[in-house]
Amino acid sequence: MTDDIMLKVERLTKMYASTAGTGALTVLREVSFSLPSGASLAIVGPSGSGKTTLLGLCAGLDTATSGDVMLAGEKLGELNEDARALVRNRHVGFVFQNFQLIPTLTALENVLVPVELRGEGGREGEARDLLARVGLGERCDHYPVQLSGGEQQRVALARAFMNRPKVLFCDEPTGNLDGDTAAAMTELVFGLNRERGTTLVLVTHDLELAKRCQRIIRLRSGAVVSDSAA
Amino acid sequence: MTFVLKMAWRDSRASRRRLALFSLSVVLGIAALVAIGSFTANLREAINDQARGLLGADLVVTSRQPIVPAVQEHLRDLGGEQAREVSFSSMMVFHPGEGSRTRLVQVRAIEGRFPFYGEFLTRPAEATARLATGGPVVILEETLLNQYGVKAGDTVRLGKVDFTVLGAVLKVPGESMAVTQLAPRAYIPLTQLPATGLAGPGSLVRHRIALKLPSGADPVAIELAMREKFRTERLNYDTVEERKRDLGRALDNVYAFLSLVGFVALFLGAIGVASAIHVYVRQKITTVAVLRCLGASARQSFAVYLVQGLGLGVFGAVLGAALGVAVQLLLPHLLAGFLPFDVKFSVEWPAVLRGMGAGLVICLLFTLLPLLTVRRVSPLVALRSAFAERVGGPDPWRITLGVLIVGAIVGFAVWQTRSLPLGLGFAGALGVGFGVLAGLAQFVAWAARRWFPRRLPYVVRQGVANLYRPNNRTVLLLLALGLGTFLILTLYLTRTTLLNQIQGTGGNGRSNLLFFDIQDDQIGPLNALLEREGVPARQQAPIVTMRIRGLQGRSVEDLLNDRATAIPGWTLRREYRSTFRSELTETESLVQGEFTGRVAEGAPVIPISIEEGLARDMRLKLGDEVEFDVQGVAISTRVGSVRKVDWQRMQPNFFIVFPEGVLEAAPKFFVVALRAATPADSARLQQAVVRDYPNVSAIDLALLLQTFDAIFSRVALVVQFMALFTVATGVIVLVGAVLTGRYQRIRETVLLRTLGATRRQLMQIQLVEYAILGVLAAVVGCLLAVAANALLAQFVLKTSTSVSGLTLAVTVAAVTAITLLTGLLSSRGVTDHPPLEVLRQET
Repeated sequence: MTDDIMLKVERLTKMYASTAGTGALTVLREVSFSLPSGASLAIVGPSGSGKTTLLGLCAGLDTATSGDVMLAGEKLGELNEDARALVRNRHVGFVFQNFQLIPTLTALENVLVPVELRGEGGREGEARDLLARVGLGERCDHYPVQLSGGEQQRVALARAFMNRPKVLFCDEPTGNLDGDTAAAMTELVFGLNRERGTTLVLVTHDLELAKRCQRIIRLRSGAVVSDSAA
Repeated sequence: MTFVLKMAWRDSRASRRRLALFSLSVVLGIAALVAIGSFTANLREAINDQARGLLGADLVVTSRQPIVPAVQEHLRDLGGEQAREVSFSSMMVFHPGEGSRTRLVQVRAIEGRFPFYGEFLTRPAEATARLATGGPVVILEETLLNQYGVKAGDTVRLGKVDFTVLGAVLKVPGESMAVTQLAPRAYIPLTQLPATGLAGPGSLVRHRIALKLPSGADPVAIELAMREKFRTERLNYDTVEERKRDLGRALDNVYAFLSLVGFVALFLGAIGVASAIHVYVRQKITTVAVLRCLGASARQSFAVYLVQGLGLGVFGAVLGAALGVAVQLLLPHLLAGFLPFDVKFSVEWPAVLRGMGAGLVICLLFTLLPLLTVRRVSPLVALRSAFAERVGGPDPWRITLGVLIVGAIVGFAVWQTRSLPLGLGFAGALGVGFGVLAGLAQFVAWAARRWFPRRLPYVVRQGVANLYRPNNRTVLLLLALGLGTFLILTLYLTRTTLLNQIQGTGGNGRSNLLFFDIQDDQIGPLNALLEREGVPARQQAPIVTMRIRGLQGRSVEDLLNDRATAIPGWTLRREYRSTFRSELTETESLVQGEFTGRVAEGAPVIPISIEEGLARDMRLKLGDEVEFDVQGVAISTRVGSVRKVDWQRMQPNFFIVFPEGVLEAAPKFFVVALRAATPADSARLQQAVVRDYPNVSAIDLALLLQTFDAIFSRVALVVQFMALFTVATGVIVLVGAVLTGRYQRIRETVLLRTLGATRRQLMQIQLVEYAILGVLAAVVGCLLAVAANALLAQFVLKTSTSVSGLTLAVTVAAVTAITLLTGLLSSRGVTDHPPLEVLRQET
């Protein structure tokens, strides 16, 4: 592996035991690809094609049945859950389709969580700057329930960049937003990505959004059907 | 750590009121433990502080016979000061003359300056000084003054003497009111005793000498020396140390019992907390998953909620301790009459900390159980909610925690009872009780799903469906309400069973009035009087007092001095009140041998019949020789038969029955049993008999019932007070459960309203659900209480039992009403939310 490879996926397979007990269900089949540092990748495919599973495995949220994931130089398959959590905290940012802000924390506190988890204090100014950067400088003390969907997603984006991630994983980041809000969000994601030189992995149904990435991997029934430049 | 604390604090913002409510579930349990612990410590202190006042003397010697000169001389030689008392039961006549009434009292004829320590409190205070002057004066139990409308200066009659009432006894060192309920006390000067003509031969008299020893004398050493020197004398000794020990032991038992009742409340509350935290954690799963995505370790996410659980426990413990101290102030009033000393209130911090500690540990262990789920929340939940908990093999932490919980419960029970078998028994019973309730609750939920008629109206079906839908609270609510019902009803039923048992002794035409201490020359005229009054004697038994002189050729002295013998000393020392007759009575049945009804005059060895319990204690079997001393005359007997006696019937029963033809010439007195048709007849008879025969005493079944009920009511009040903690905990758990599921309810009602349900229909659905829960909890609680009462009746009280349908109906109605009221009040506003508001929160 060369130094500028940020994410390397080799022959990744994920199977789930069938609930009916009729054998295993394969949701990902021998997927391989690698992504250099600073690159952007969109994973597309129909519902049930394994996009989210692939994203989860790449981010170390789950373990593969076989195959390897190398993220920021760490072989995830060799790490236990807590060690993977440490990798996520150091190198990874997330944006989810459902925003996934912690409802009991204010916007500012939500953004601060990743650094507070590391025990780092004194980063409040940076968090406020990030919120200002996404246009929410005046909404720092608001709770998620007091924000609109677009605003919540922008807080999530600020949180994702708070720990200066090497890789940003986005799961349908505009899936729950209306057209205008989605467009503004897309600009923010790619803008911040460019500014901070972050590697971007994006799961989406939206082909227009996918085309903004440098590379697109299409999945069908858990297998890669195409891997091409956008 | 900073993150964990910060996150725990911030995350609790929206739930603090809810968490505080959860903690209320354990508050009452902790309050009970703290109150009992601290109050018991107050009692122990009072015992130590007022040790000498517990006895009123340094040493007290008592005997059923006049204390022999040798002992008196020995006591005189000890120096110091002496006070004497002769006590016995007798009938007192109130308002002699027209409209007189009688009652059994305990006469205490006293001489000397007793008590030497503590105070003999009377109203008026100078009554004791006037008693010491020695005239025909009496101080009466306060209850007697109230009951018979007697006041200072009035006259009452004892035997042949009219006494002037000086006032009321309020407090005598070392005696509690409860022990004097059957025969209230009447203090007279000892010098007046002979003139009354009471306490003659055959009367059950207790002689007592109280000593104030010279300073430096050791009462315990003196007691030991006297026990050795006067081994064969029938003497009992009491010292301050012994009184302290006895009281301490009694206190330990009461403390253990009440603590265990309190612990049931704590345990129930802890289950409530566990259940509420379970729901709370389920609502926090997405937050945990997000934290995990952002890099929190399993330990960190777990710690966030552990801190919240700990905070909840500490809050509950502090609140519980504060409430416990407040309850501690109430306990002396509840126990008034049982305590033979004054108790000063003070907060006993070690006891408070112990109660809080026990509460906190139990609360924390039960909180940990649902919290363990947090460790297994997959970060994938943030992406897809289907992955709520990572599946894996059996969780070793969960198993360890289960073992710890069982260990903590058993440990607590053993700690309180200071007995491994008792502690295990309590923990086992608790487990079985909870197991039965939980099992029944699950069965009910299953049965509702399986068999409930589908044709009933929609609101009824929806209400019933709430019993088995996902995240239902059926088991928890049935546990909480059922257990409370079970505890309170068991107490009530046991009390009724006991009262019925006593009533039953006089039921079915059996005797309900006993006259005793009837002298040989009085029996004929007394029987004639009874005939004239139309209430003839049903049973009549002559009584001859005697002692055992020897067994199997060995003298009693020899046996008492032989430390290897297994025969209890009391069986050898006691005075036996035996009878003679030709046949067994209806309360007796032959177990072994042959009952001999009559022997020829001058028979060398007399065959006697002995009661089976005494035979067992004395290791006597058929054919064994027993030599009696019948008021100076030696009589040789052998065990001819062994009888079983039903002691619970109100008629004269005896340990030893002689055949006719032996004791007829011995000094004797009689006891007569009869049945008075009404309480008025009973009172009239007693007055007539006491008027003509002042030395004769009476025991009325109604008086026994009244006495028992008064004592049991007091005990039941204390126990019910403690059981109330469990019931109140049940209600809090119910409120907690309803509020915990509130958001889910709101979503459901909003959906139903969107689909066209009216507010009335929504209310009806809730009514059906809570009514079913209330009825089921009450029915299950009632079933358990009836079963417990039946078991107690059969194995402990040895009596039959019947339960009134009305009692059960009232219980079911009350519990259902409480459940409905609590449920509906806690659900207030659930139907008020506009659909849009909730649907918006969903997005």
